[in-house]
Amino acid sequence: MSEVPAGLHYTASHEWARPEGEQVVVGITAFAVESLQDLVFIELPKLGDEVRRGERFGEIESVKAVSDLYSPVDGSVVAVNEALANDLDRLSRDPYGEGWLIRIAPRTSLPEALAGLLDAAAYRRLIEQEEHGGG
Amino acid sequence: MRRTVLHEVHRTLGARLVPFAGFEMPLVYTGIREEHQAVREAAGLFDLGHMGRLVLRGRDRIQLLDWVATNRYQGLEPGHAHYALLCQPDGGVIDDIIAYVLPEECLVVVNAANHQTVLAWIEQQRMARGLQAELLDRSEQLAMLALQGPRALAILGGLTGLDLAAIPYYGIAEGELAGVRMLLARTGYTGEDGFELYLPAEHAVRIWQVLLEQGRPCGLLPCGLGARDTLRLEAAMPLYGHELSRQINPYEAGLGFAVRLDKEAFVGREALARIKEQGPRRRLACITCEGRRIPRQDHPVLAGGRRVGTVTSGTFSPTLERPICMALLEPACAVPGTEVAIEVRGQLLPGRVGKRPFYKRERTP
Repeated sequence: MSEVPAGLHYTASHEWARPEGEQVVVGITAFAVESLQDLVFIELPKLGDEVRRGERFGEIESVKAVSDLYSPVDGSVVAVNEALANDLDRLSRDPYGEGWLIRIAPRTSLPEALAGLLDAAAYRRLIEQEEHGGG
Repeated sequence: MRRTVLHEVHRTLGARLVPFAGFEMPLVYTGIREEHQAVREAAGLFDLGHMGRLVLRGRDRIQLLDWVATNRYQGLEPGHAHYALLCQPDGGVIDDIIAYVLPEECLVVVNAANHQTVLAWIEQQRMARGLQAELLDRSEQLAMLALQGPRALAILGGLTGLDLAAIPYYGIAEGELAGVRMLLARTGYTGEDGFELYLPAEHAVRIWQVLLEQGRPCGLLPCGLGARDTLRLEAAMPLYGHELSRQINPYEAGLGFAVRLDKEAFVGREALARIKEQGPRRRLACITCEGRRIPRQDHPVLAGGRRVGTVTSGTFSPTLERPICMALLEPACAVPGTEVAIEVRGQLLPGRVGKRPFYKRERTP
């Protein structure tokens, strides 16, 4: 079973969101990283780009497939993990730490921005279903 | 979804299983790159239980093969094999096969996706020609494993009394390995030296374990379809449904070496002779790209601002550490040195046509 840290918020498309001060750090889950395997390329937004919950903000490519990245919250991009472009191993090694993707300043208050995302228990149930149901 | 006899073994090894041509097959065990490197530097063990294993018997078996396949089997000594295409009358490819000539029968290995089509096609052709031969589907009874890589010979050699080094490339011999009688063929789909093993299905699990155990200290890893694809792509070997189809002929795919126009009549001969004479309208090219994005099947290829072809398959080459692809291009562009651009999801990826293949092992004498 992939690591699903408590205290983070999750999307059904396998992103995580971690509140830090008034901002939200966003990444993809260990389950996503393990499913993708052998990452080769990532495209992230630029500083200042607007992102919207449920909409695509970038893409990640592995040897087998390309996947879109979806924002968990509405807001603007205030930081991008530029180091990933040349070292995607950071993401494979530590998806909840040095493999973070972007930092977002939410458009609304933090509680509002995070409302409706999954907690760790709900996300864990979701990936259990995918692991068993999806074959 | 069908499963191979090694299904439980793959689960236990933690493989990620994915659907492939109606089978649930291991895509990856530990990592595609890692498995790829193991085959290039040491050895890899593959379950190829999804492939179709057909046996051809009877008086006219060679005649039948020579009628349906493009290569020449007449005169091929038992213990040897040829790669060949099965073509339609218009030269389009129904499947690519390896047919091994054995003393009493022929073993024909076909692609999983075309298994039933090929069975029906060969039987239909046999009847139409009135040939005395019998085509048997032995896919359930015969397991198929591949052990590929520079250490394959040493790993297998420790388990059999057979002189494996004496089996030439595209040769096949019957012998006992770890107490099981099987066929060992010096063929593969990785660009490395190695063997494909055909053995009674009931022994497959034990032989798999024996090979893993024997190979692990040499660096052998179990390998999935992910690594099989990156390995065959670096070796520029065609994959049916990508570089080959009913809409692609052998000359376009650069497989003219497997078409023997100098033999007696066979299905597709007239069309293929005409295509050869006129020159194919497109040719398969090997393209190495800049950046990290991967060109994939159906992506357009441009040159001089104009579309000149289409990607058939692509990957990120672990050996070259570059994106690579094969593409069907206008013949004038399918020349090493041609600068091209590949349209990957709205962006242009610069690339250059190079020599085929991308990777070639240094052959040991």
